[in-house]
Amino acid sequence: MSILLSNISKKFGAFSALDNINLEIPEGELVALLGPSGCGKTTLLRIIAGLERADQGRILISGQDRTEHDVSKRGIGFVFQHYALFRHMTVFENVAFGLRVKPRRDRPGEAIIRKKVHDLLNLVQLDWLHDRYPDQLSGGQRQRIALARALAVEPSVLLLDEPFGALDASVRKDLRQWLRNLHHDLNVTSIFVTHDQEEAMEVASQVVVLNHGKIEQQGTPSEIYDQPSNAFVSGFIGQTNVFDLGHQDADWLQTAGLSTLQQQGKIVHVRPHDIVIEKSTFDNDAFVILKDWQHLGALIRIELVKNSVTGQSASVYAEMPNEQFKLLRLNKGDKVDLKIRHAHWFH
Amino acid sequence: MSTTAQPINPGKLVERQQLALQDPDWVRWSLIVIALSFIGLFICLPLGLVIFKALSKGIEAYWEALSQPDTLAAIRLTALTAVVTVPLNTVFGVSAAWAITRFDFKGKSLLTTLIDLPFSVSPVISGLIFVLLFGAEGWFGDWLIEHDVKIIFAAPGIILATLFITFPFVARQLIPLMQEMGNQEEEAALSLGASGWKMFWSVTIPNIKWALLYGVLLCNARAMGEFGAVSVVSGHIRGLTNTLPLHVEVNYNEYNIVGAFAGASILAALAIVTLILKTALEWKSESER
Repeated sequence: MSILLSNISKKFGAFSALDNINLEIPEGELVALLGPSGCGKTTLLRIIAGLERADQGRILISGQDRTEHDVSKRGIGFVFQHYALFRHMTVFENVAFGLRVKPRRDRPGEAIIRKKVHDLLNLVQLDWLHDRYPDQLSGGQRQRIALARALAVEPSVLLLDEPFGALDASVRKDLRQWLRNLHHDLNVTSIFVTHDQEEAMEVASQVVVLNHGKIEQQGTPSEIYDQPSNAFVSGFIGQTNVFDLGHQDADWLQTAGLSTLQQQGKIVHVRPHDIVIEKSTFDNDAFVILKDWQHLGALIRIELVKNSVTGQSASVYAEMPNEQFKLLRLNKGDKVDLKIRHAHWFH
Repeated sequence: MSTTAQPINPGKLVERQQLALQDPDWVRWSLIVIALSFIGLFICLPLGLVIFKALSKGIEAYWEALSQPDTLAAIRLTALTAVVTVPLNTVFGVSAAWAITRFDFKGKSLLTTLIDLPFSVSPVISGLIFVLLFGAEGWFGDWLIEHDVKIIFAAPGIILATLFITFPFVARQLIPLMQEMGNQEEEAALSLGASGWKMFWSVTIPNIKWALLYGVLLCNARAMGEFGAVSVVSGHIRGLTNTLPLHVEVNYNEYNIVGAFAGASILAALAIVTLILKTALEWKSESER
């Protein structure tokens, strides 16, 4: 189901958590709400769920105004950051809860509940744990049970609050892939909150970047990465080198092959992989020295120090494939030349 | 008298102690001996003495003392007081704990402090408050006399004073537990379509049940055993407004030793049952964590 948020604002005392949020989420998308902590992303998710009330604005789910609907009548499934499984119930009863609390006329029979719960537990591949209690499960298992429980009521929208936040790195990687596949199979419109840009880029089909209660940009992961709409998004998504044209950098950037003449902006963001380095062929004043490098698997991250005429030095990061770096046969302390292939300009 | 200490698990305390913090043997043994002999001298010995004195003139005299109409009336009044106050304070305690842990409102910290008031005020004062309110010379005295409603020197006064004395017990047990648990499970229940009522009975109550029972148990023990506040409002009318603790005192003052200690033995038995149940509850809630 599609979701439409119009003019959502929320204040906590004097602090403005959300400021005039307008957002449209088409049916079947898997959307990440991405932003630093305190940016309002969890508040927005809770407002969509009905767990929190917006000070103003409307929430439409598949065209119907649900702003005044209680959380229990909104038709959403919510997966909590710390899972919030009912600790005194077995896994089976946890998943069955949403079916058992339905009003008598809508409540399915025991046989149907049984079948449905086992189907869901099979979907999350944990049917063998059906008679365990939550505290006997690992974090990853709890997460999947929480998901099965939320899916039991056949929600029109699935909302997940930091779904991988409390898991260790290896489990997180597996679950990300798994969630993507699950979403592909079920095709239920889903929104998840995360502060991890890598996670958002890897899992989501749409990313919404939030900062200070405002939407900075919405788009597919590649749009967000390749065409960041402002300096915040560019800096928040992936690594970036920031140069300020107000200082001595204009000349230097020109020697690196970047035309600064027709650009309107004053701040330049350059992705590390957009910097090409070569062994220096001639002496120049503003030389760049190779300081160190780190292996990131297939890539090498190169730490460079740029000395300016005024004696100030700044670090610049570049990335290139491992093989290519080996061919350059560079050592620490070597002078290098830079070529900047692409840059983003901001005010 | 006031017992609000959290359940403690003796095993856990020792486990945490580092070897470097262990005292030499003689210190350990003398502390253990002091603690045990103190308990023996001031708790076990008097308790034994109560039973010994109660039976000093034989079991028949004991039964006779217990089956006196005044004694039976005192037992009935004590039971009535508990039957009224414990459920009321259970409801109050759950509501107060809910309000304090789930909502933000002005005066919340004041409410939290006021819940403890009965613990910090002398029970005699608590009784006097009700005399000042409902006594013949009190604020509502004239109105009550006009309408022929008896509160002071009658069962309603005793129940009111006991309500006041015992209202912190349940709330004090629940507040720290509910604070620690947070409300995510309850939010989860609501998001799954449960009504507030359904959520309360199928999620909240199962999570707090042991602490709740523990609070109810302590509340009950105090309701049956309260002396000071009840003594002020009761008027000590035999067979009418004497609760069991008051009955014991009256008998004792009249040198009716068997009568006094027979009544006391019932209170002592109540205390022992309370202790056993309390230990069982602590064990149960510990094992479910």
